Amino acid sequence: MHVENLTLAYGADAPVVTGLTLEVPAGRLTAIVGPNGSGKSTLLRGMSRLMPPQSGHVLLDGEDIHKLPARELARRLGVLPQGPVTPEGITAAELVSRGRHPHRGLFGRLTSDDDSAIDEALAAVELTELRDRPVDQLSGGQRQRVWIAMVLAQGTAHLLLDEPTTYLDLAHAVDVMNVVHAAAHTSGRTVVVVLHDLTLAAQYADHLVVMGAGAIAAQGRPADVLTSGLLDEVFGLQATVVEVGGAPVVVPDRRLAG
Amino acid sequence: MKSRTVVLSLLFAALAVAVALLSLSIGTSKVPIADVIDVLLGGGRRGQRLIVLDLRLPRVATGLLVGIAFAVSGALLQTLSRNALASPDIVGVNSGASAGAVAVIVLAGSGGGNISGFAGQVGIPLAAVLGGLLATVVVGALSIQRGQVDGGRVVLIGVGIAAAANSLVAWMLVIGDVNDAGRAAAWLAGSLNSREWSDAVPVLIAVVVLLPVAIMFNRDLSAMVLGDDVASSLGVRVARIRLLLLIVATVLAAMATAAAGPIAFVALVAPQVALRLTRMERPPLVTTALLGAVFVVLADLLARNGLGWLHFGPYELPVGVLTAAAGAPYLLHLIGRQQKGR
Repeated sequence: MHVENLTLAYGADAPVVTGLTLEVPAGRLTAIVGPNGSGKSTLLRGMSRLMPPQSGHVLLDGEDIHKLPARELARRLGVLPQGPVTPEGITAAELVSRGRHPHRGLFGRLTSDDDSAIDEALAAVELTELRDRPVDQLSGGQRQRVWIAMVLAQGTAHLLLDEPTTYLDLAHAVDVMNVVHAAAHTSGRTVVVVLHDLTLAAQYADHLVVMGAGAIAAQGRPADVLTSGLLDEVFGLQATVVEVGGAPVVVPDRRLAG
Repeated sequence: MKSRTVVLSLLFAALAVAVALLSLSIGTSKVPIADVIDVLLGGGRRGQRLIVLDLRLPRVATGLLVGIAFAVSGALLQTLSRNALASPDIVGVNSGASAGAVAVIVLAGSGGGNISGFAGQVGIPLAAVLGGLLATVVVGALSIQRGQVDGGRVVLIGVGIAAAANSLVAWMLVIGDVNDAGRAAAWLAGSLNSREWSDAVPVLIAVVVLLPVAIMFNRDLSAMVLGDDVASSLGVRVARIRLLLLIVATVLAAMATAAAGPIAFVALVAPQVALRLTRMERPPLVTTALLGAVFVVLADLLARNGLGWLHFGPYELPVGVLTAAAGAPYLLHLIGRQQKGR
């Protein structure tokens, strides 16, 4: 996936993302981080056609995503946006089955291909046992994994996830990130995920993109990118970066009263 | 479709047939069910044929069709706005259609309470559709914020538009000829009294053409209940399909209103009852349609004969009075549920 000189703006407002170019490494997990309002979620919307670009292109296997038919794009690019609506009473398996939409005709039952994609997706997020449970009765972490299973069932080679760990406690966030990591490393998908938590992003990402004010401030291997100098410059954060198990961990400097 | 939904649909189809047969049989002069079936198959005595085929069948057919049209319209609007209260009778579509129809009745009325053939058969449905579409456009335009439709705003703005349209209706009744106004007032309560085939035909056309259109987009609706962004990324062209289905829902409700008046609460209640019974995450279209048909014809059967059975004499109630009596408590229940946060 390749982003070429992309400028994104809401209506006539000043652009949120300005002339951004990004080469997404294939078959790897790319994490996009950045302070609030840096345009990271907007960039993901632009990459997924949820937002039309003011200028520039997003290329998927060399083709402009805005020139592909909607269903064709949906068979190649899966997106989990922020704030999906969980309808009251829908079961986990039913919700996951909606991911098969771009592969299905107007009528007819799910094919065996559909069924096996749904089973695989539920197994990948370790929710096979809860498949007939209503999603609104699951825990926050389980619910988020059902939604990820929905996009996995879509069977796309590319996956964009917008802050899938928001509102989750650390244990559930780690469960979600394990699933996301496996989507890239076990199934060979190209995965881009927007994250809030720098340490979590650094632990899992193969490629880390740091955004500041609508442009890329730095990118590369997490260990190379995440330095205390960058944190000060982009986030205005005084912090020490230590390394644990080969990945950087951000420890904020305290300013204790008294 | 889940097997539960299929079973319930078959059950409601059977119920619709049963209620329709009962409705053809029961009345001031009773025709036994066996004779009704005989008449429908082309036999029967002359008097029975007159009662069943000429007097009762147009009324029952109009009832079935109007029930289907209102119910499907409600199911579509509730699904598109993700709000159980957003049915055409609440958000002003029926009121807009009524204003259009009353304008024709009052302005084109001959003063004798009857209007000439063309204005009645084409003018009323056409004016109803225009009035309904106008209400939909205004409600839709005012409730879109940042490209997203907010279900809560749809209901609040819809209630306001309904009030505006209703006051327009009231004004036309005041300035109109007393006979025309009387005819319009009876129609406004929602009534199937003395319906003829010419009343059923426009709704029939609307249902036959538009119900299949709605069903064609069933699977897209299943994606759209997950949110506009999710649906778009599943390949659904959300804006285009929503516009098309809004027009479908509006025309169905407006045609039904033109045929029988704004029968209250059918569009609100039928989809929600079907939703609860099938345990689906949105009102299933076919089940809802059949339930709407049963609801209207059963309510009309009771409205037509209820007072007689209670020995109050040979008076008929408008069917809308009965559906309103049954539906109003349900509306209060829904509002209570929404205020609790879900």
